[in-house]
Amino acid sequence: MAHLVLDKLSKAFGNQQAVSELDLTVAKGEFVSLLGPSGCGKTTTLQMIAGFVEPTSGAVTLDGADLLAKPPSKRGLGIVFQSYALFPHMTVAENVGFGLEMRGLGRAERDSRITEALTLVGLASFGERYPRRMSGGQQQRVALARALVIRPPVLLLDEPLSNLDAKLREGMQAELRAIQRTTGTTTILVTHDQSEAMALSDRIVVMNQGRIEQIAAPEQAYASPASAFVAGFLGKTNRLDGECTDQRISVAGAAFAAPAGTASGPVTVSVRPERIAFGPASPAAIPGRVATRVFQGAHWLFEIETAQGAVSVIRQNTGEGVPGEGDNVHLHAASQDLLVTERRP
Amino acid sequence: MKRRRAATLVPYFLSAPALLLFLAVMIVPLIMTALLSFYDWGQYKGIVPEFTLKNWREMIADDYFLEVYVRTLRISLLVTLFSALIGVPEAYILNRMSPRWRPLCLLIVLGPLLISVVARTLGWALLLGSTGFLNQALVSLGLLSEPVGFMFTETGVVIALTHVLAPFMLLAVWAALQRLDGKVEQAAFSLGASQFSVIRKVVLPQIIPGILSGSVIVFALAASAFATPAIIGGRRLKVASTLAYDEFLNTLNWPLGAAVAVLLLVALVAIIVGCNRLIERRFAQVFE
Ligand SMILES: Nc1ncnc2c1ncn2[C@@H]1O[C@H](COP(=O)(O)OP(=O)(O)O)[C@@H](O)[C@H]1O
Ligand SMILES: [Mg+2]
Repeated sequence: MAHLVLDKLSKAFGNQQAVSELDLTVAKGEFVSLLGPSGCGKTTTLQMIAGFVEPTSGAVTLDGADLLAKPPSKRGLGIVFQSYALFPHMTVAENVGFGLEMRGLGRAERDSRITEALTLVGLASFGERYPRRMSGGQQQRVALARALVIRPPVLLLDEPLSNLDAKLREGMQAELRAIQRTTGTTTILVTHDQSEAMALSDRIVVMNQGRIEQIAAPEQAYASPASAFVAGFLGKTNRLDGECTDQRISVAGAAFAAPAGTASGPVTVSVRPERIAFGPASPAAIPGRVATRVFQGAHWLFEIETAQGAVSVIRQNTGEGVPGEGDNVHLHAASQDLLVTERRP
Repeated sequence: MKRRRAATLVPYFLSAPALLLFLAVMIVPLIMTALLSFYDWGQYKGIVPEFTLKNWREMIADDYFLEVYVRTLRISLLVTLFSALIGVPEAYILNRMSPRWRPLCLLIVLGPLLISVVARTLGWALLLGSTGFLNQALVSLGLLSEPVGFMFTETGVVIALTHVLAPFMLLAVWAALQRLDGKVEQAAFSLGASQFSVIRKVVLPQIIPGILSGSVIVFALAASAFATPAIIGGRRLKVASTLAYDEFLNTLNWPLGAAVAVLLLVALVAIIVGCNRLIERRFAQVFE
């Protein structure tokens, strides 16, 4: 199963640790995203796989063969850069054909594979254009075709959609996923956009400061984040400061049983806005007052004033009545929707 | 309405001082030189402001002038070629150097520009002379049986001019290299290209505009260079600029000197504009 394996991969620039002991196993045909804030080491990781950054320590193997022993030009990986990095002096067809030319393929075979790749990305009639005369989205597709035409075992994408406007980005996401399904190419995507990572990937690797915070399927990482960082990075979340004493957590005027194994001391309770419900007063509910209420069609957005500051709540529009601004409410959440983490005082 | 008219005139008023200066120090002397080339001249009568084609006819009829212009062209082309052969790789290597050493190496390469051309050329005269360092070294190494005369030869002029002008090529190419996206080279490597292929198929085509503008600068400076051909070439080996100088200051035939200078200017402009057109069309997609 293991196709591409990163084993304790590390990179230090001077005394700054950009990537620390990264372990990751990617299966054949899998779509994995490296997700994290800017500067967390995603690009560095990708560049180490590609061969443009030499790791300080660790190993990378592809189907059991040591990848680090080969120069970038012998690794045969497909790479799409954030800036597209197209050859400006070559036509689209020449761009796509470059990798085939370097492999010494004959004219006829080259042409048929160029056509095939351009058709795959929906640019069949653009072969004679120069990249400069194309839109960002089209250049992006050319870059993708150029990387895929060499039939790489692994496709590396570094923030490929971040230069596109929001609307185009959504369209390209769907297309990227469809293309990846068609070709079955193992893909590693680097992004700082959590919705992009969730929309595209089989698994998400959430990174922070050069370390892996969590590796999980998108819905799993969203529903049960391994840390407060993951909870905060994947989607919106409310963070409330509380205290744990004698296996009970008290937060903003509510108290409930702590999850097993929670140490006594200050804690952070994270809960998603859409997992909070309004209900009757109870010792386990947080009392508050509706500060703002915004109608969004399919759902309502609330800001609730509590003893611990503002809490956002999202409720589906089911047609039933909802509290109005200024109303007193009580916030309920199921215990499995709460993430309790220790907080450094 | 009136105000709108006034507003459109403002740019002209603002640029008027610069335009006037340009007119006074550049256009007027040029026109006067051009007019001068149509004046008559005689050993005893001096300059006579009478329209005549004598000077131009003399230049066309006398093979000596043709020889000088062909020599000027040959020297300029060779200097441009060698400057490119030296400057382009130099710029590429400098551009890839680690940021720690780059400033130092750049200073060493561009340092000669800080020294007067006359001083540098006299230095070359010392090196190239028949008892100069180069000849002595080659002879004592047994590579030459007797000293070769570099002085007063085209070879000597080309060597010295290349040394003077190669940094201009380097600067132009360097500027073009700086605008390249390093990721484009990485993309080429990832597609299986060797270092050689990357340079030949990816880097070189993209820096053509830089090489071209460097060539224009070097060619123009070489064709109009005075100090270097005057010192290394001496009184015998004439190029267009030293010829014009001689007509003006030795023979005192100003009209003929003016004709020589005007022809040099016209030829330079024609060659440069022509080459620019040709190459811009050929590499249209590289130019923005
Ligand atoms: N060539 C380099 N030299 C020094 N530091 C670098 C270099 N490349 C990246 N870094 C540092 O390594 C860290 C990770 O960078 P990067 O992998 O580009 O982050 P990301 O792609 O996640 O935004 C950053 O703090 C960055 O400043
Ligand atoms: Mg990055």
